[in-house]
Amino acid sequence: MAFFSNIQKVLRQNIREYGMFIALFVIMAIFTYTTEGIFISSRNISNLLNQTGYIAVLAVGMTLIIVIRHIDLSVGFLAGFLGAIAAIALVFWKLPVWLVIPLVLALGAVAGLITAFPVAQLKIPAFVASLAGWLIYRGALLLSTMGTGTIIIPDAAFNAIGNGFIPDIPGLEFFLPEVHKLTLLLGLAATILFIISEINNRRKKQAYNFDVLPMDIFILKLVFMSVLVAGITWVLAGFNGLSWTVVIMLIVVAIYHFVTTQTVLGRHIYAVGGNPEAAELSGINVKNITYVVFGSMGLLSALSGILFTSRLQSATTTAGTLFELDAIAAAYVGGVSAAGGVGKVTGSIIGALVMTSLTSGMNLMSIDISMQYIVRGAVLVAAVIFDVSTRTSRK
Amino acid sequence: MTTPILEMKNITKEFPGVKALSDVSFQVAEGEIHCLVGENGAGKSTLMKVLSGVYPHGSYSGEILFGGQAQKFSGIRDSEKAGIAIIYQELALVPEMTVYENIFLGNEIRSGFTVDWNETIKRAAEMLAKVRLDVNPETKVRDLGVGKQQLIEIAKALSKDVKLLILDEPTAALNEGDSANLLELLRDLKQHGVTCILISHKLKEVISIADTVTVLRDGKTICTLNAKKGDVSEQVLIKHMVGREIDNIYPTRERTRSDEILLEVKNWNAYDPKLGRAVLKDVSFNVKKGEIIGFAGLMGSGRTELAKSIFGNPDGYDISGEMTVKGQKQNFGHPQWAIKSGVAYVTEDRKGNGLILIQDVKQNITLANLREISHRGVIDGNAEVKVANEYRASINIKTPTVEQMVGNLSGGNQQKVSVAKWLFVKPDILILDEPTRGIDVGAKFEIYTIMTRLVQQGMSIIMISSELPEVLGMSDRVYIVSSGRITGELPIEEATQEKIMHLATN
Repeated sequence: MAFFSNIQKVLRQNIREYGMFIALFVIMAIFTYTTEGIFISSRNISNLLNQTGYIAVLAVGMTLIIVIRHIDLSVGFLAGFLGAIAAIALVFWKLPVWLVIPLVLALGAVAGLITAFPVAQLKIPAFVASLAGWLIYRGALLLSTMGTGTIIIPDAAFNAIGNGFIPDIPGLEFFLPEVHKLTLLLGLAATILFIISEINNRRKKQAYNFDVLPMDIFILKLVFMSVLVAGITWVLAGFNGLSWTVVIMLIVVAIYHFVTTQTVLGRHIYAVGGNPEAAELSGINVKNITYVVFGSMGLLSALSGILFTSRLQSATTTAGTLFELDAIAAAYVGGVSAAGGVGKVTGSIIGALVMTSLTSGMNLMSIDISMQYIVRGAVLVAAVIFDVSTRTSRK
Repeated sequence: MTTPILEMKNITKEFPGVKALSDVSFQVAEGEIHCLVGENGAGKSTLMKVLSGVYPHGSYSGEILFGGQAQKFSGIRDSEKAGIAIIYQELALVPEMTVYENIFLGNEIRSGFTVDWNETIKRAAEMLAKVRLDVNPETKVRDLGVGKQQLIEIAKALSKDVKLLILDEPTAALNEGDSANLLELLRDLKQHGVTCILISHKLKEVISIADTVTVLRDGKTICTLNAKKGDVSEQVLIKHMVGREIDNIYPTRERTRSDEILLEVKNWNAYDPKLGRAVLKDVSFNVKKGEIIGFAGLMGSGRTELAKSIFGNPDGYDISGEMTVKGQKQNFGHPQWAIKSGVAYVTEDRKGNGLILIQDVKQNITLANLREISHRGVIDGNAEVKVANEYRASINIKTPTVEQMVGNLSGGNQQKVSVAKWLFVKPDILILDEPTRGIDVGAKFEIYTIMTRLVQQGMSIIMISSELPEVLGMSDRVYIVSSGRITGELPIEEATQEKIMHLATN
């Protein structure tokens, strides 16, 4: 009996964190049922993840922007504009891919710092500063594609970022022919690494005499997470394996999750969001944090632009339209608080997955786009209501 | 005894893990001034929130009778309708609106579909006369001092035909003149039939004004005393509040005199470009090793501005003058440089700019010195918990775990977290700005004990305080600040309340 009361306790204490996972699971289960399994097919899940990529990286950056009590509306067209720059650099300037990508990322970071300048230095509301950016980058995008219209990119390496998959281990074609072996191997490695690090963590905590999860719950958690990773890996391995987009997304999430939860910089960002005046008086340079967070947003906008342009294999005149609102919605669905100081990068990724799952599932069901917007709006509002109500009840 | 206007019977209110009120009964007679005292966390504010409907009916157990009728308030609106008004420590006025707009905010006088502004202004003037406040109703609230704002809150309550007025620490932010004025007004309102519940930590004030005093401790009613009979004294109240007698709440210590000057400020001027006026004029002072320096003065005299101008100038004043810290000329451009040079500043307003209420105890304690618990920018989470637990034990922060959100702690414990945070930067000079404001007697004593221990270890403390007994009880030397200038310096042997007040009102 202790086992079940333990489970109940852990669930109740972490309802907000697990709530998003449960919601995502429910949404996926519903669509799997209504589409008679097409939704959960390897091909669709792989596609879905690739579609999430360019919004997910924006949502990661947006999370931090909202955590420090700002907003950035310029990211959509910035992504579109930088995607066009990448296309122009590849097609007209004939620059190699390995040069274009760092160049565009650097440009993105600079653009973020420029948005941050009026916000940090002159205390102009970020809404206004980034709205100006929205207009300017939209104009810049139109300007850069004016002569040519859509720019088609012939570069295979660049296009692989949004469409390609990691190669499989050569020489194993006879073994499980339908399955991507390297993906399976990576999934296995990730699971083992996860288990080892969890056990190490637990040992360290016990060495300090800190509270740890009860043993049975701990094992349950390990088993659950392992099964989850194994399941996702198996599904992906059934269709070409991991795509480069997913790899990039995972790396971005890993880096940002690490920075926000484990580092001094991350702590400073959340302190600025929680109480900017207290943070300033604690020796944290709020201006610098503002620059860092907007700079990272710009960098991720560039990455988003690269992912999207590569996926379409071309730069278009309307690229990036409404990306910023999708990213903001993903962050809010993922539990970021508009009041600042609260929100997790991983939550926003789940939020982004929830939103793309809705689109993908409803597309499979051939639901009209008009209904799709309405449903997504309802889910956004429901998620925020859930978040706010669980937050206040914990006081 | 007259009929009770309010009876609260067997009120029990629980929060997850904490029983804030257990079986509290509380009676207020019609037309009296009833004071509610108790340490922080004793349950006074919770009890008043139950009464005013902030915690709606059903979230607590027990019964409320008001005016002889059982009441089931489900929100502030209900209790206001019944004639109960509550004025919190943090004033709820809109600074950018005028006095008359504020008084009738949420209660606008209408003619048809529009607001009747002429009638509003006329009625506002009447209300202002009732609270004996001589200001133009068309003044913006932000242009008035705290004392006057407090009176406007009362005027606002009166405009709603209040029968029972609840004041939560109304004089905490007021100087002596404004406090006296407010108490006089309460007596006046009593003559006009308004019953009043007053929550206060200032026991002298309680004794001078109360008809009845109820003491709460640990969520229980300890006793209700009749103040008219004269059996209420400070000692009696303190004894009931803390459950023990405190003879001398200022710990004795060896006053070792050192001549080593740690901090010296000369001809210090500061101009606030936002206010468009000078906030500090030609200030000079010094702090020696192992000394407690008291900065006395009235609210708004420039003491906090002085502390901030030294501590990296976060408000962006234009500063001229010379500052020497530990023998080196300094001009900190940001608090981070001040911290690196061994200066720490515990702010006056712990909720506003001291703590991050939505973060937990450990995150608040380590925030100003994350370097200590991190390697190459990566925080060692276990070391952090260890550090936090050490401070929790050494300065007695009452919290279930260091993972508790600071916003859930009582005022005294929040203040201890604030102090712990700044002790963790291991400063040589600790500036404490109103270190005991709004905290109870027991916690005050603990703060004084910590201060004593620190100076004996060689730290120097600058204590800014509006409470004269505290300044006299703790300091080695006192500087008196008035209108941005230092108007006097007194060694503790020569300092008296009268001398300080004289210099402070200079």
